[in-house]
Amino acid sequence: MDAHVAQLQMQYRNYILSLYQQGFLDDQFTELKSLQDDGSPDFVAEVLSLFFDDCVKLVGNMARALDQTGTVDFCQVGANVHQLKGSSSSVGAKRVKGLCINFKELCEAKNYEGCVRCLQQVDVEYKTLKAKLQDMFNLEKQIVQAGGIVPQVDIN
Amino acid sequence: MATNSMGNIQKIKKKLKVLIVDDDPLNLKIHEKIIKAIGGISQTARNGEEAVIIHRDGGSSFDLILMDKEMPERDGVSTTKKLREMKVKSMIVGVTSLADNEEERRAFMEAGLNHCLAKPLTKDKIIPLINQLMDA
Repeated sequence: MDAHVAQLQMQYRNYILSLYQQGFLDDQFTELKSLQDDGSPDFVAEVLSLFFDDCVKLVGNMARALDQTGTVDFCQVGANVHQLKGSSSSVGAKRVKGLCINFKELCEAKNYEGCVRCLQQVDVEYKTLKAKLQDMFNLEKQIVQAGGIVPQVDIN
Repeated sequence: MATNSMGNIQKIKKKLKVLIVDDDPLNLKIHEKIIKAIGGISQTARNGEEAVIIHRDGGSSFDLILMDKEMPERDGVSTTKKLREMKVKSMIVGVTSLADNEEERRAFMEAGLNHCLAKPLTKDKIIPLINQLMDA
């Protein structure tokens, strides 16, 4: 096999493993990958696109809700956090989900400063994940363009 | 992953016709794919009211309905009750959030569910349940 392809495949394996080891992804991402097949080769990318659209919308909603002069509707903020927690859980976005769990508690405690800080963390975290997954897709593309097959990565 | 000793993805014992009721496009996409992967065919409804209309119009019967709990227009509890009032005999499996407490889950079950599963759904969760419900 072409040495260049082998090197790219090794790089890809190591990269995927690092995403799990660093807590960016969990088993639910593995489930999504397992659902992708020749009939739907872009399934994971399509699902992630929906997820990141959700992130933009929900983070925007939360920012507006927390930006109210006067009384903040923590129920409204909490409802958006709940949705984001659900979405992040569905795609295996482990760190984002973890932040949402904390965020929900802060909403219930009506902790304004805590909520604002957590929202900033959520914003950073989903954008970081998006960039890392884009790197993953770029590596997949390089492997295919070099004539190789994207390897299945056993994370256990 | 639900695999057999050869490492192949297990399928359900017969081809099921499934209605997926969920307001979240992300969940709809994933659940549709799971059903297809395990050998079923699916139709979707974006909320409980759509699910009721699908059944009211007649001509559609499903082996299984995957019912989300929190939805606009008509939620999962109300939809399940309504479908049972309409004498819908399909297996109805509620899909709940881990945030739901025991009382909320019980109310959902009492509305007429056959079973409840917590999100996120996976093949491992759903295959044994469907096979078990079909054998019952």
